[in-house]
Amino acid sequence: MRGEAGPGAALPGGRRRAESDPTGPGTGPGLGPRTPVPGPGAMMRFMLLFSRQGKLRLQKWYLATADKDKKKMVRELMQVVLARKPKMCSFLEWRDLKVVYKRYASLYFCCAIEGQDNELITLELIHRYVELLDKYFGSVCELDIIFNFEKAYFILDEFVMGGEIQDTSKKSVLKAIEQADLLQEEDESPRSVLEEMGLA
Amino acid sequence: MALKMVKGSIDRMFDKNLQDLVRGIRNHKEDEAKYISQCIDEIKQELKQDNIAVKANAVCKLTYLQMLGYDISWAAFNIIEVMSASKFTFKRIGYLAASQCFHEGTDVIMLTTNQIRKDLSSPNQYDTGVALTGLSCFVTPDLARDLANDIMTLMSHTKPYIRKKAVLIMYKVFLKYPESLRPAFPRLKEKLEDPDPGVQSAAVNVICELARRNPKNYLSLAPLFFKLMTSSTNNWVLIKIIKLFGALTPLEPRLGKKLIEPLTNLIHSTSAMSLLYECVNTVIAVLISLSSGMPNHSASIQLCVQKLRILIEDSDQNLKYLGLLAMSKILKTHPKSVQSHKDLILQCLDDKDESIRLRALDLLYGMVSKKNLMEIVKKLMIHVDKAEGTTYRDELLTKIIDICSQSNYQYITNFEWYISILVELTRLEGTRHGHLIAAQMLDVAIRVKAIRKFAVSQMAMLLDNAHLIASNTQRNGICEVLYAAAWICGEFSEHLEEANQTLEAMLRPKVTTLPGHIQAVYVQNMVKLYASILQQKERSGEKEGAQEITQLMIERLPQFVQSADLEVQERASCILQLIKYIQKLQIKEVPVAEEVIALFAGELNPVAPKAQKKVPVPEGLDLDAWINEPPSDSESEDEKPKTIFHDEEQRHSRHRQPEIDEEELARRREARKQEQANNPFYIKSSPSPQKRYQDTPGVEHIPVVQIDLSVPLKVPGMPMSDQYVKLEEERRHKQKLEKDKKKKKQKKEKRGKHHRHNSLHTESEEDIAPAHHVDIITEEMPENALPSDEDDKDPNDPYKALDIDLDKPLADSEKLPVQRHRNVETLKSPDSEAPLVEKKSKKPKKKEKKHKEKEREKGKKKEKEKKVVEEEEEKKVILQDLHYFRSCFSESPMISPPLNLQTYDIQGNLQNDSQVTVSVIFENKSTSFLKSMELNVLDSLNTKMLRPEGSSVHDGIPVPFQLPPGISNEAQFVFTLQSIVMAQKLKGTLSFIVKNDEGSTHEKLDFKLHFSCASYLITTPCYSDAFAKLLESGDLHMSSIKVDGISISFQHLLAKICFHHHFSVVERVDSCASMYSRSIQGHHVCLLVKKGENSVSIDGKCNDSTLLSNLLDEMKETLSKC
Repeated sequence: MRGEAGPGAALPGGRRRAESDPTGPGTGPGLGPRTPVPGPGAMMRFMLLFSRQGKLRLQKWYLATADKDKKKMVRELMQVVLARKPKMCSFLEWRDLKVVYKRYASLYFCCAIEGQDNELITLELIHRYVELLDKYFGSVCELDIIFNFEKAYFILDEFVMGGEIQDTSKKSVLKAIEQADLLQEEDESPRSVLEEMGLA
Repeated sequence: MALKMVKGSIDRMFDKNLQDLVRGIRNHKEDEAKYISQCIDEIKQELKQDNIAVKANAVCKLTYLQMLGYDISWAAFNIIEVMSASKFTFKRIGYLAASQCFHEGTDVIMLTTNQIRKDLSSPNQYDTGVALTGLSCFVTPDLARDLANDIMTLMSHTKPYIRKKAVLIMYKVFLKYPESLRPAFPRLKEKLEDPDPGVQSAAVNVICELARRNPKNYLSLAPLFFKLMTSSTNNWVLIKIIKLFGALTPLEPRLGKKLIEPLTNLIHSTSAMSLLYECVNTVIAVLISLSSGMPNHSASIQLCVQKLRILIEDSDQNLKYLGLLAMSKILKTHPKSVQSHKDLILQCLDDKDESIRLRALDLLYGMVSKKNLMEIVKKLMIHVDKAEGTTYRDELLTKIIDICSQSNYQYITNFEWYISILVELTRLEGTRHGHLIAAQMLDVAIRVKAIRKFAVSQMAMLLDNAHLIASNTQRNGICEVLYAAAWICGEFSEHLEEANQTLEAMLRPKVTTLPGHIQAVYVQNMVKLYASILQQKERSGEKEGAQEITQLMIERLPQFVQSADLEVQERASCILQLIKYIQKLQIKEVPVAEEVIALFAGELNPVAPKAQKKVPVPEGLDLDAWINEPPSDSESEDEKPKTIFHDEEQRHSRHRQPEIDEEELARRREARKQEQANNPFYIKSSPSPQKRYQDTPGVEHIPVVQIDLSVPLKVPGMPMSDQYVKLEEERRHKQKLEKDKKKKKQKKEKRGKHHRHNSLHTESEEDIAPAHHVDIITEEMPENALPSDEDDKDPNDPYKALDIDLDKPLADSEKLPVQRHRNVETLKSPDSEAPLVEKKSKKPKKKEKKHKEKEREKGKKKEKEKKVVEEEEEKKVILQDLHYFRSCFSESPMISPPLNLQTYDIQGNLQNDSQVTVSVIFENKSTSFLKSMELNVLDSLNTKMLRPEGSSVHDGIPVPFQLPPGISNEAQFVFTLQSIVMAQKLKGTLSFIVKNDEGSTHEKLDFKLHFSCASYLITTPCYSDAFAKLLESGDLHMSSIKVDGISISFQHLLAKICFHHHFSVVERVDSCASMYSRSIQGHHVCLLVKKGENSVSIDGKCNDSTLLSNLLDEMKETLSKC
């Protein structure tokens, strides 16, 4: 599936690592004299993933919103973000929210936060999510997210809940996902199919 | 059945899975919509199948389609079905779909309550996790209310994975159901010290979010957070806490002083930009709130500005942007510190990133002073010229106007310069802010009297060159300035040099292509011009000239009379008639100019924008009251018009204004001016605060300064405003030289003494005197205007509901609702205690005791009919009802449940120290036959239902009888427990079959079983000497309570404790008694009950302090009901 043509060029790992800290060298939380400990960050309204072509790849709303409004906001925001030039800064004020976005290969990761929230930590959050996807899929590309979109959601749900970071330790998020996947595989093992047929 | 399942599995293999769907969509790029509608049809078929795996697959595909923008709300019920699958794989998909598409308007959401509750208490932590995650996306007020208690319990779950999620979701619950905040807050606060760092930071997160919205309720937590801040090494947590302090300091200045030091330390030490940025922001916020009374905060501000400069100089656009953003916050209170970095900010105007340029513009707004305004605006004008894209250019334009007009034109020393800037701005093509420029022109011309002459000359020029501007006639386009130009030329026509020329410019045929509202102003103002020309000509005796001008008007006006715009047409026809009349008079050689000019006599004063709103309603005036009696409904239709007509006529005659002649008007005007002058509240002529140094007493007496017109109005090849900049510079230079001379003299006089003082002041902007003495007329306000404009707070603010005092002790009524059926209260609880007391007193106490003894002897023997019912009447007050809950899935929820459950007693078993027996009464209230009843509970770790050997925890226990309509019967169930020191709650379900004429249906009832601590006690007699020994042994923990407002007799009170809490009286002396009981696990419980006036105090001793305090709490509740 990864061989398929399309927008799925792998997010170049090297480039990403070069940008591994969205706030510049030595600027991320925990890179100073303080040691990193998992903890929550900013309050988020929603997160969108969309491609350069303007195709939505993932949307997560942390405030229940009617479909009509969602569509309108997504369309509007996509236009605004896609129209920005590559060298522009990652923040913009949009409606009464602040939007923080970052482009990784062909995908835009875009978060809407409230006026008081910290832009830099949100950028860090986006980056951690990308790292998580990368670890989980192994050098993630857009196609991975298209074909396994539910996995992308599950990872996001373990990482962020109700708009707050619940775990900044990549290890523990991945562990939780692995365990849940394990549980799922048990469910799906052939033995359980037999059970389902009433033969066990 | 098995065959069907096999078939289902085989079908499944042929179904499209998600990846097939995605691939299919990618392969059908041309007819995507058609392909998807085909897929949706398939999905609909799949959803109809019984196999849950097929359904889950279908729902998964729907979730994908939802993201592509397709409506899947029709499948909401199927999503719920998949959510309730027992397998995690499917459950996960179901909850994902729900979290993506459910919202408050989804009506089936109420069906999920029970399912979610079940998942929350699942033994599998991932089931619970998935339910919490889903709930966090679609929690509604109803769900929040029903599940708040369950989630609160999860905050103390053994697994940090669940605790963390439960803590985070509480925030959403608080928002939807604010009543839950107070009961849940103590536990939330506890979590701030949770051993797991993840849970701890989740709690910090939630409390910080809460506190940011309503800081005053969280001030008491400040010390705790201060401790966390100085001890935490987690930058994510630190950011939250620091942000919280930013919200708290405005309420508690002392806190701010304490914060500065640790924050500046962090700023120095951290290398994490996000934390640095947060610290700088908070220091700024703190210093703003402290602005007075902080001796050495300039050092902190300097530090912040210094760090921000580093950010702005960074090559990273993000840091540059944020640096500018933070700088603008400092600017508000410490403009001087920022102004020294003007070079840097102006540099940012050249940045390639538009958002950075806009930030820099924002900053410039606050950085201007009298000294640098011209320089900054000049730079901006250069940017206007080279700006690409109208958006940024328009932004520049509005910023220039904002900068210049801010605080009542405070920084403008030369209005001629400003007018020329405005005129230059009219050369901008394609701007959408023509009206802004126009409004500025009008405002300046009206309010700055000294500038009128100059303004009029410039406006006349604009009118003359209208063809350059009018090419763009779109709404709000630059042509709007013609509106202002026409009005200014007309209204202040006395200043016009070449009035004839201007009038002709206004009468050009091209004018009719302008928007209607501008033409209307043209028409009105050409009459003003005409009037002043007429006057001029008549005065100088040029009769022919006067007639010529009249003729010109009569020739040209008809083009406006033909206008399609109603306003233009009406004004033009009126004026045309008027001028024709004037022509007649002119032919008769009657002087008319004075009368025509009188049409426009008097000055129009500027009125403040909110003036109307600020007029207070006079006392005694009710604006909502009817002026006339409203016509009553009984009046017949045909009568109405008559009466109204009659009334109308009367009113007209009453209110008609007497005709007022000119003299009278003038007299009144004079009188009003007099009155205004004497009225201290009339603020029209008060000079603006910035201009107070002017000693002129009123507007009327300001000499209109003659402007030196040696400056040519337009210099070819050079923008005009530059001329004024140069002139201004020269003027300032001259001023300075003069001043320096003076100073030198002074210095000579007081050499050495005030040296430093003087040098400090040389550059201060107060030294720059305005070019002309200008008066900026304040906009008029009505008399008695209300001084403040309270900015209306948004009543719909969702966080307002969370403004709750958290330090007040929790009242009983505030406890979180525990699952309870809606009918329970009305049907069952005898609210009034009076009948109960009566019944009790009627009954001989002895009998009751005897009866109890008998009961104990018989063990679990059933009570019979009537007696049971009677007993029940009393018991149910304390014996917790089995709260039942009709299954939400029932078809018609409005019908009352057919079955009524009631716990009748919970009895400890002496033979077995870990068992209790629960007696339940089943009452059939329906007209149907109930059978195959099965009772099941969700076991907790501590309490389990005793099931026959070999059956699993999911099996229910059959009720050994059936219930015909209207009959009740009792069944007993045995439970085992480990610890008895705490009260327990179990959730359970009763399933049964309702059989009636129409057939039989399967139904469910959910309920909750409450084990109070008292139910673990067994009434055991004890002798006083044994009791005394027990107390002396010293092995017992002690605790006591006091209850006020007790009115029943002591005897009665003791009986209540004996009865409800299974105690026996050891000894009684007057209003003092000792009591004893024993738990099924052998805990001794001793009580000393003392009755005072209207109050009772109970001292208790027990082997286990938890058990004792829980028992005493229960007792307190019983007694407080007395």
